[in-house]
Amino acid sequence: MVTKMLLAGCTALSALAFSAGIANAVELRFQCYQDGNECQAWSEEIKKFEAKNPDIKVAVDEVPYKAILESLPVQLASGSGPDLARVSDLGGLAKYMLDLRPHLKDADYWEKNYGDELKWTRVNGPNDNGIYNLPDQLTITGPFVNKTLFDQAGVAMPGDKATWDDWAKAAVEVAKKTKTPYPMAMDRSGHRFAGPAISYGAKYFDGKGNPITVDDGFKAFAEKFVKWNKDGTMAKDVWAGSGGATYQDASQEFINATLVFYLSGSWQVARFGREIGDAFDWEVVNSPCGPAACTGIPGGASVVGFKHTKHPEAVAKLLDFMAQEDVYADFIGQTKAIPANKSLQEKRVDYPDADSHVKKALAAFTIAAKSLSPRAFEFQGYKNNRAIMNATAARITQAIVGESTLDQALDRINADIAEAVKASGGAK
Amino acid sequence: MLKPLNTAAQLGYRTAFGLFELPMATAQKLIGIKRIAWMFLLPNLLIFGLFTFLPIILNFFYATSGGDAILLAHRPYVGTENFASLLSCTDYLDPNTCRRDVFWRAVYNTGWFVVLQVGFMVAFSLLTALILNRDIPWRGFFRSVFFYPVLLSPVVVALIWKWILQRYGLFNAGLEDVGLSSVDWLTDANWAFFWIIFVSIWAHMGFYTLILLAGLQAIPADVYEAAEMDGASRWRVFSKITMPLLMPTMIVVLVLSLIRAVQAFDEIFVLTGGGPGSATTLILQYIYETGFASRPQLFGLAAAASILMAVVLLVLTLLQLRVTRGQAEN
Repeated sequence: MVTKMLLAGCTALSALAFSAGIANAVELRFQCYQDGNECQAWSEEIKKFEAKNPDIKVAVDEVPYKAILESLPVQLASGSGPDLARVSDLGGLAKYMLDLRPHLKDADYWEKNYGDELKWTRVNGPNDNGIYNLPDQLTITGPFVNKTLFDQAGVAMPGDKATWDDWAKAAVEVAKKTKTPYPMAMDRSGHRFAGPAISYGAKYFDGKGNPITVDDGFKAFAEKFVKWNKDGTMAKDVWAGSGGATYQDASQEFINATLVFYLSGSWQVARFGREIGDAFDWEVVNSPCGPAACTGIPGGASVVGFKHTKHPEAVAKLLDFMAQEDVYADFIGQTKAIPANKSLQEKRVDYPDADSHVKKALAAFTIAAKSLSPRAFEFQGYKNNRAIMNATAARITQAIVGESTLDQALDRINADIAEAVKASGGAK
Repeated sequence: MLKPLNTAAQLGYRTAFGLFELPMATAQKLIGIKRIAWMFLLPNLLIFGLFTFLPIILNFFYATSGGDAILLAHRPYVGTENFASLLSCTDYLDPNTCRRDVFWRAVYNTGWFVVLQVGFMVAFSLLTALILNRDIPWRGFFRSVFFYPVLLSPVVVALIWKWILQRYGLFNAGLEDVGLSSVDWLTDANWAFFWIIFVSIWAHMGFYTLILLAGLQAIPADVYEAAEMDGASRWRVFSKITMPLLMPTMIVVLVLSLIRAVQAFDEIFVLTGGGPGSATTLILQYIYETGFASRPQLFGLAAAASILMAVVLLVLTLLQLRVTRGQAEN
């Protein structure tokens, strides 16, 4: 009888403890946007995390990218918002991010595998060694080429170290011979423009890290780019077709085989694989060279925690789980992205279900990731880089359509950036 | 048969009024019969104050502060710096000499857009209304056809026209089919400006045609009969009878279309994105891009530009009130 009573008592206590445990479970809110299936892929991984950590529950709120760009900063500025989010404006939101370092068991693992991208959120001076972001997708700008058109035209594709001029000449020749409307196109984005500008010698920053956007290198590529838009080498519709800093790509033209050479980025790979299929052969080639380099620009999204969270330890625990190689490799494999994780870059990720074009393209971008210019990383990590990008797109377009001369446009770029720097409270 | 229902309805009304009677009587006692009207107005005043007056006041605070912070407490006071920066020009006729060149381009674009779009739209609407007011075959069908674009979402309108006008769109395909060369309808500044006016007229003309048609039908037929008996010419009938009697309706149409033209945004934003360059950027798009799309977001500058725009709209509205009153007195 006594034993039965004790057993009953223990069961009741256990049930009480269990229900209390559930009631006390930490709930984290994760605001996530996706270009493809990133949120679904993270949700799958997070289920495994919850199974290992029953005291932590994670609610994944999928939101449009516009909400991350426009609503999230407002929420964060007012001290509210989710515990963690998937964001792309790393420099701009860095001031709200939680430093994970005090909560991590092995900070060196993070430094070793994500070191280059961790710098993008270190905006608190030279001594800032915080770990604020998990780069879950590395994107790299680079050129796509319609190989079938080259074959049909009987023109040899320029080699790995070919210059911008080599590619322009070849693309124009192919377009003429195959009656393709557009020889070249570049997404209407200051981010895309920055790669070739750095290749032409643009430094973007002085030795102290202050922005000096317009220099000889920047001007040299700007002159070439404006000329190419005016003479039809570049598809004028892409840059001249919009106003302000509105983003415009030329992916549909590439998919429709009306474009020979297209400078965009690795995020297009999955779409091209899906929509082009076997219609024609396409390839990712090395970034064309200028006098100073042959580089694209890195970018991408990161999952970050926020300072205002009431559960910093749980947030760090979740992000540390997501950063581990096996979990991260699974996510990258599902989303067909370029890994930011150095170890995975070396080992190469297996992309199940991807066709040969996609696998080849992703492999090419993964190799390109290892040879990006340090300037490119510096540019991507600058907190006001969006101001530079916006000013570039808006002002260079004005020179293309003849609203201003190129010199006037370059002066305006400097003035716009100086104003943005002032409004954001300084260059650093 | 209906009596039981009536009785039930009466009972319902009495119960309902009974429920209200006590609180109403108490309220009257407490605040007095003269002030009871304010009690009824209070919910609307609260909503109006919270969502209209408060944002206007906040807008002034933003316009006189700088930085990129959202909370007013974190924004430094800059006085009239934002206004001065918007209005700073060496030569007001050349936007390239202005500190805010895009603002001035947007101002000029908006001015031209308002004059041309409103002018042509009112003229075409009047012409269409005059034709549809006649006894023509398929009149009902044509009235529906002209009104149909009004029912479409502005984004849909813009996407349809973008599909028609883009470089490899329907229009250029048609031109090439008949042996003509294609035209950069949306990447040439002049053509792009022409098309934003055209598309805007196409999308909104039906609404104003309908108002003018109603105005035409309200003109008494006996006036026309008297003119016909006097042997008045068609032009004389139009200029001496139709137009004067239609003038109050015309003024409504003018004012509505004028305000709508100043506020034009969605169709143009989707159709041209304000481009090429800033050739079709109107003032509202400038405000939106400065306040929300730029990084960092320049709320102060956007707020100052919106106040300047509000002043222009206020002047237009006062002019309209004056003209309307003049018409009414005449």
